[in-house]
Amino acid sequence: MVGSTPLTELGGIILLSLAVSGTAVLLSTAAGLPLGALLGLSRFPARPLVMRVVYTLMGLPPTVAGLVVYMVLTSQGGPLGSLNLLFTPAAMVIAQWVLVTPIIVGLVAVAVEDRDRRYRETATVLGATPWQTRWLILREARPAVFAAVATGLGRALAEVGAVVLVGGNIRYQTRVMTAAIMLETRRGNFGAALILGAVLLAIGFVLNSVVYRLSASGGRG
Amino acid sequence: MWTEGLSKSYGSRTVLDIGRLELRRGEILAVMGPSGAGKTTLLRLLATLERPTSGVVRFGGLSWPDGRPSEGRSPSRPSEGRSPSRPPDGGHGGGELLAWRRRLAFVPQNPVLFTGTVRDNVALGLGFRAPRLGRDEVDRLVGATLERLGLGGLASARVGTLSAGEVERAALARALVTRPEVLLLDEPTANLDPWNVSVIEAALAAAAADPDRRPAVLLVTHNVFQAKRLGHRAALLVAGRIVEFGETRRIFENPSDPRTAAFVKGEMVC
Repeated sequence: MVGSTPLTELGGIILLSLAVSGTAVLLSTAAGLPLGALLGLSRFPARPLVMRVVYTLMGLPPTVAGLVVYMVLTSQGGPLGSLNLLFTPAAMVIAQWVLVTPIIVGLVAVAVEDRDRRYRETATVLGATPWQTRWLILREARPAVFAAVATGLGRALAEVGAVVLVGGNIRYQTRVMTAAIMLETRRGNFGAALILGAVLLAIGFVLNSVVYRLSASGGRG
Repeated sequence: MWTEGLSKSYGSRTVLDIGRLELRRGEILAVMGPSGAGKTTLLRLLATLERPTSGVVRFGGLSWPDGRPSEGRSPSRPSEGRSPSRPPDGGHGGGELLAWRRRLAFVPQNPVLFTGTVRDNVALGLGFRAPRLGRDEVDRLVGATLERLGLGGLASARVGTLSAGEVERAALARALVTRPEVLLLDEPTANLDPWNVSVIEAALAAAAADPDRRPAVLLVTHNVFQAKRLGHRAALLVAGRIVEFGETRRIFENPSDPRTAAFVKGEMVC
């Protein structure tokens, strides 16, 4: 026990956080990588506007993301209310997907755009189709792409507004680390809060170390 | 491949204006000229990396920048409006532009290799152009081409470990292994030591003499001796215009333009 909370419960909270954020980031990567590559390597008249929208969405407040997803999933008139996803981990995954996808799209777009144009031209003249070219450039920008995914995961794990709004912070079901820290602190159960905080910090440290190392090697690539 | 009324301008600055230039199969055309003469621009236009301001390039029944067959079939794809710094997107040009690019090879100055091994890079173009080739066959073709360019033992080497000469030869191998119909080369031996130069020149001469493929080779060089050694025909490009053009021997022995006489003697030409 840590205060009034059993260690097994804390363990469950940590695992749920990793599962929710990990799944959200996996799905964000699946959507964000090709979109980011397309945006980074294409030119069309509305591109500057689209990039500005992406940059704005990168800074989307988690509570706003949570609010939008809540309104879509609520059984009281939401378009997807019949799915009964509100206050489940699935809703939390969706909310974090909304939060993280623009981050991956934006960072990947910048990463591929930064790649020396000679790589693009080499691929083009070798006879690559546009998607083959994008794939080649993504591979060349691997360190920056990994860094984008790590950044997205860090953001997902650290946010609290979205997961509490759509998850409800229900014990044993939708309680993740950040929400649990809030709750335990309010209860005066500082021991549990500190343990969760330390775990979050440790994960954040590992992720940032990964980003730092990958960015450094990306600079030499 | 030939050009008709080809010119390229950036704003009010015309960097190339050459009218008609013809590449012939089985022949090396050496294009010489001082820096800034437009030699690289010419290559980039032929490789469809830049769009002409006026005129066309014709190749294998197709035209660039129209991207449609010369017979005049109307295009059903969006027109390509691209800034000079961006290569036209092959997908939007339709199958014709892709087909064009897959029949030629272009080795720019300071070529880049993709992360991976030498073998992966050299096999890249083959992978796009002949995707059904088996791995064994690809390895055989890549191995033979690497041998010709003195890279036989380096197939598994990571590209980050290569010297400048090895990078240039690997880029050339990547181009030659696809047996293109047109080979465009931008200063392939600039800044290389004599051994690298001789290996590359031997490979180019052998490629041009390929009796089955008979590629048309356009070699941009500011090395007049190389132009004399390799070129069947030669052209002198000055300030975007062709000043002299014809059989290499005639140009060197009996140039008709004083600028040519000065250039082949190694004097500055403005």
